[in-house]
Amino acid sequence: MDVPNGRIGVIVTATLSALQAIVFVNPVPWARAQMAFTLAFHIILVPLGVSWAFMTLIANYRGLRHNDRDALTLAQRWSKYMAVTFAVGAVTGTVLTFEFGLLWPRFMGRWGEAFGVPFGFEGLFFFTEAIFIAIYIYGWRRLKPWAHFWTGVPIVLAGIFGSISVVAANAWMNAPAGFTLDSDGNVIDVDPIQVIFNKSLPWQAAHMLVAAYLVGGFLIASVYAVGMLRGRRDRYHYLGFVIAFTVGAVAVPIQMGIGDGLARWVYSNQPEKFAAIEMVPTTSSDVPETLLGHLNENYTVSGGLPIPGLASWLSDPSTGKDTVVQGLTAVPPDERPTVRQVNIVHLCWDIMVGFGTALFLLAVWYALSWIFRRRMPATKWFLRAAAVAGPAAVITMEAGWVVTEVGRQPWIVYGYMKVEDAVTGNTGVWIMFFAVVILYALVGTTTILVLRGMSRRFRRSGGFTDLDTPYGPSSITKAAAQTEETVG
Amino acid sequence: MSTVIAVVLLLAVVAYAVFGGADFGAGFWDLTAGGAGQGEHPRDTIEHSIGPVWEANHVWLIFIFVILWTSFPEAYASITLTLFVPLAIAALGIVLRGASFAFRKAVVKLGHRRIFGAAFAASSVLVPYCLGAAAGGIASGRVPAGGQAGDPVHSWINPTSILSGVLAVAAAAYLASVYLVWEARRLDDTDMIEYFRRRAVIAAAAVGLIGIIGIFVLRADAPYLFQGLTSRALPLVIVGALCGVVALVLLIRNAPRGARLLAVVAVAITMIAWGDAQWPYILPESLTFAAAAAPSGTLTAMLIVVVLAALIVIPGFVLLFILDQKGLLPEEGVEDETDVDPAGLRTQAHKQSNQ
Repeated sequence: MDVPNGRIGVIVTATLSALQAIVFVNPVPWARAQMAFTLAFHIILVPLGVSWAFMTLIANYRGLRHNDRDALTLAQRWSKYMAVTFAVGAVTGTVLTFEFGLLWPRFMGRWGEAFGVPFGFEGLFFFTEAIFIAIYIYGWRRLKPWAHFWTGVPIVLAGIFGSISVVAANAWMNAPAGFTLDSDGNVIDVDPIQVIFNKSLPWQAAHMLVAAYLVGGFLIASVYAVGMLRGRRDRYHYLGFVIAFTVGAVAVPIQMGIGDGLARWVYSNQPEKFAAIEMVPTTSSDVPETLLGHLNENYTVSGGLPIPGLASWLSDPSTGKDTVVQGLTAVPPDERPTVRQVNIVHLCWDIMVGFGTALFLLAVWYALSWIFRRRMPATKWFLRAAAVAGPAAVITMEAGWVVTEVGRQPWIVYGYMKVEDAVTGNTGVWIMFFAVVILYALVGTTTILVLRGMSRRFRRSGGFTDLDTPYGPSSITKAAAQTEETVG
Repeated sequence: MSTVIAVVLLLAVVAYAVFGGADFGAGFWDLTAGGAGQGEHPRDTIEHSIGPVWEANHVWLIFIFVILWTSFPEAYASITLTLFVPLAIAALGIVLRGASFAFRKAVVKLGHRRIFGAAFAASSVLVPYCLGAAAGGIASGRVPAGGQAGDPVHSWINPTSILSGVLAVAAAAYLASVYLVWEARRLDDTDMIEYFRRRAVIAAAAVGLIGIIGIFVLRADAPYLFQGLTSRALPLVIVGALCGVVALVLLIRNAPRGARLLAVVAVAITMIAWGDAQWPYILPESLTFAAAAAPSGTLTAMLIVVVLAALIVIPGFVLLFILDQKGLLPEEGVEDETDVDPAGLRTQAHKQSNQ
């Protein structure tokens, strides 16, 4: 019809339609897998984007205020690393905006006018962040020191408000509000204020924001813990560790309080999700808190360690063990998570709470040492624990997102639209999925290699210069690297 | 109100084409700069010019999507369903491009730089082609209304899409070369001024040629758009073409200052002409902006975002550009060490490396 005229056109068309037949695969699981994968990847970069700038500014402030050379070096190097992680975060975030449409066109087509609103504001904040991060990273040399410091502050603010905006969209999927439907179920009126400030927003946004500081803090601290374990006991490593670890340690207890509040919000507003979290088959009071364990296809719970009455008690301490918890079977099977999903949610919940508690204990150790000895714990075991704490914090956060996302199934808009009705009709999604996995695996590996390479060259060359590459050390380094190449 | 948002959408597309397009175009010149030795000099200039700003430029694309899915969700659903393939390729290309550009700067070994550089440059060409082809599919009326999927193949492999894809790559290369001439002048680099000026002339000629071919392609393949371009939007088309011609003349006469502005205006006006010709349809002849528009509450929220953007983001953006253009965000140091190193980091460093 259109382009291909003649024989070549026929061949092209035939090949393409043959390909189409081969790739006819149900897009639902692939679209979900891809969204989950890209989000899980992106979310590791989020804490760095949100909280690293804050930690960099602490070091920067210390460096300027107390004329602390090590702190200033730290801030400069951190800003260079940040450039790399921010760049990767920016592009993986851009992919997500493509995916909303490519994977979930029916969802966006029907709900875009409501769900999309927070992203308008997120775009604003992201724009601000991108601009000031560029100024901050490139401004080390010529801007006046304090003026330069202040160009970093908008990065921190934009990170905070940007993540709140994104979480607002996710919270809206859990607590849809701010729209009017006509008899056919089409959105005919939108109240943007209610969309953004939906009921789930305060808890979810606080939980994610604190998570960003928690994970960012522990993750960066773990790098310096490893360095110190390898014998790099200089003041530079010490500062890097203490600034980051303190941020993480302060965030943990706050996060536990917020998490408790959010769980109770879920108890009141998304009983199916709560039933999945606590693995409660039938509605009852005196529900035990089962650690680990498994839900069978016939809705019996096997294995695990039940603590009598604790789930009921935690749900509402005022009524204690008499608190009634709604069971999974209280709603029709097509409106609750499947047994497999319940097991995923419950396991991830246990991981999140378990790891979170371990991080809390580590933070207590650190705090007690400061209170009583005026220094961080000296034993190698503390550093070993701190080295593990970074990856553990990432796993904790990922598990938390699995709880909230899988726990919402089968809904994409809670109570209004199911995932299967939102997905694209394009059957080639699985191809894109594999392309994305391969590409992201490469990008992820390379990011780590590049960051490590930068760190190695920073160490080799010693000081900080940006005589050549803005994202990394160089010039005197160049000579060093050349030696490295010839030698090794 | 949907008209206002439609205009904002068009302006965002223009901004992405003018700012982001130049970044893609720089990638095109990077790709064609030749081997490592021969291409080092131009690549340096390229890196110098796009380094500080490229991340900010990407946000235009995010803005376009956000405006589309909030304000015209039905059209957005149709577009993403129909144009799945080119948009998916563009998304992956953007990851590849952004990541490898950042990585290339962070690695030192030549071999590594080569790999990242190639990935960066190749994806810089692929992405604008795919986005251009997608735009061509929309402009030629191949995306149906109602959140429905159109033809998954012919919606982006068709004469108009090929035309607009190639045109996007050429226009990006053109803009970039004009910027790079200016950049080279700023650096006082005579070789590079001449190098990019020659390429700008070639690119300008290429864009002009594609434009002339485009007249025939559009007449046959996108009648609604063609009709709009030759009637209501005709004055804009003429102004755009004139700007392009004058810019070319200035380039040939080696007067790049005026050429830069005129080149930008030429591209911007041509794109505005496209929007004007397509009006009132977001998806030509099947869905108007008014019919696709979201409820007024959403549109109001988007207007507020736009106003805030004008108040917050534009000054920031201007600041970034001014600092960048004034050389206050340097990548290469020319000052002596005391300036670089207010706190005597070097000494400290030596201590560390000795440990």
